[in-house]
Amino acid sequence: MQTESQTESLEKEIQAAEHPRELAVDVMAAIQARDGYLSDAGVAEAAGLLGMSPVEIEELATFYTFIYREPVGRYVIHICDSVVCWMEGAETIGEHLMKALGIRMGETTPDGLFTLLPVCCIGYCDRAPAILINKKAYGPLTIGELDRIIDGLRNSDDANEAAAEAANPKKQVLKR
Amino acid sequence: MYPQVLLQNRKPDRIATLAEYQRSGGYEGLSRVLEAQAPTEVRQVLLDAILLGRGGAAFPAGVKMMTVAEDAPFPRYLVCNADEMEPGTFKDRVLIHADPHQLIEGMALASYAVSAEHGIIFIRPEYEGAARILEREIGIAREAGFLGKNILGSGFSFELVVHRSGGRYICGEVTAQLNALEGRRPNPKQPPPYPTEKGLWQKPTVLQNVETLCCIPHILKNGAQWFKDLALTESGAGTKVFGISGKVNRPGCYELPMGVRLSEIIEEYAGGMKNGAAFKACLPGGASTSYLTQEHYHIEMDFEALKKVGNRLGTGAIMVFDQHTCMVAATLNLIEFFARESCGWCTPCREGIPYIRDILWRIETGEGEASDIPALRKICKYLWHAYCAFAPGAVAPVEGLLTYFEDEMTAHINQKKCPFKGS
Repeated sequence: MQTESQTESLEKEIQAAEHPRELAVDVMAAIQARDGYLSDAGVAEAAGLLGMSPVEIEELATFYTFIYREPVGRYVIHICDSVVCWMEGAETIGEHLMKALGIRMGETTPDGLFTLLPVCCIGYCDRAPAILINKKAYGPLTIGELDRIIDGLRNSDDANEAAAEAANPKKQVLKR
Repeated sequence: MYPQVLLQNRKPDRIATLAEYQRSGGYEGLSRVLEAQAPTEVRQVLLDAILLGRGGAAFPAGVKMMTVAEDAPFPRYLVCNADEMEPGTFKDRVLIHADPHQLIEGMALASYAVSAEHGIIFIRPEYEGAARILEREIGIAREAGFLGKNILGSGFSFELVVHRSGGRYICGEVTAQLNALEGRRPNPKQPPPYPTEKGLWQKPTVLQNVETLCCIPHILKNGAQWFKDLALTESGAGTKVFGISGKVNRPGCYELPMGVRLSEIIEEYAGGMKNGAAFKACLPGGASTSYLTQEHYHIEMDFEALKKVGNRLGTGAIMVFDQHTCMVAATLNLIEFFARESCGWCTPCREGIPYIRDILWRIETGEGEASDIPALRKICKYLWHAYCAFAPGAVAPVEGLLTYFEDEMTAHINQKKCPFKGS
């Protein structure tokens, strides 16, 4: 249960910090890692931990690309659509993923595995077209490689899903 | 092959270790400076070296440090901007992955120059791998006595931490980054007071880009004149890590002397244009610079030469477009980026950028009118009145489109479609 200890160690860090609010992004990210996303309750929890008001947390949470205020899948796929990836076929990558997963941009697959989101330049222009899956970069991508990556994630997750859910019922939050 | 300075220890598959960095002369500058030089001398060397900020604005690093008053209060902060969200730019990621101790030593030296005892590396979430490398190597540097209390027995102390961003382009702007670090919504603030007077937590704060800081150990080890001599042009100083991408055979980072010709970067280092492609244009330094075209193909890539043609070297992130790329569509893509990333704080940026996007969209989809072109020119001018440099940056490629590719815009309008589609 590494996520529990993560919040605990954050609490210690907050107590030691001269300016607790400097840890706002870390706290939101830790709650998100534990719960799958930053829920309303998560916003309130972050506010309590940091001695800030919920609206102060909210204006940060909605500002940042990598804080999710709605449930997301276990694998969040960010498709870079900025100019270099666009030139190298980002649209084809996005369309292929939407078809392969049966969802539109911004949606999550019914099994709770994948979420598709657009993202601005991720700094992997030398490997365009590139995407991020749970913050790990993949590229330069071809359709074939993309299929292999998605299949790999599907299979690895199938194997782990039962074990993960038994160990951490909170994962249910991910289900729609 | 030109001399490699910042990327001399780069390896294809792993970072350079502390031992490898030291074998190449790493931390020699720090130990010599702490032993024999006063902070004012360090600042003077950086000023003499004409080290210009590599994050896009090209502000002289030495001048920035000089603006921290002698009697400025403590604690003082040094912030490393590793946010690197300018589209096309990936050099800072490459620098951190190649030789993390170079950045750590650069920060220790810069902090000594302004008597800062706290250092923070502000890094974008997409660079989680780089953040972990830095955290690990900071620990190693501390154990070796290059960071922490009483560095190398000098009495000087400097603590360094990594701060992860939640991910937003505006966080690269200095004052927005300071708000982000304080856990506030990262809107820019308008100086004065300047961050070097009242920055993070209202204390003097110096903010520098990764590549700028990486230059510092080499300058202090080899001298200001050596650094200036690295450049090919009289106006330039040092090397530049150019990141090239788009329609070239070998996209990647190449460390070349400041002032190297664009054609040489493309042909000699990036392996030339991709099969069958011909050079049409490029952005020389990220999304917030203007286009360079065939007439600039042999331009000397340094800050002065680009300024002379009304452009900017920016981050040195060269994005190459070929003859099949529609420049209206490319500019539309760029402006979509800025529309999405605008923090929304001030009206010219929040309202003006989507307005430009809508006009470009109409032109690209064949619904444009002749009057759209003068309208675009007019709106671009208004965007220079925005609160920070974001909106003027956003209009740079639009102004480039209007200057160099008006014929393409007119072709869209006359043909009532994109001439590049279905051809």
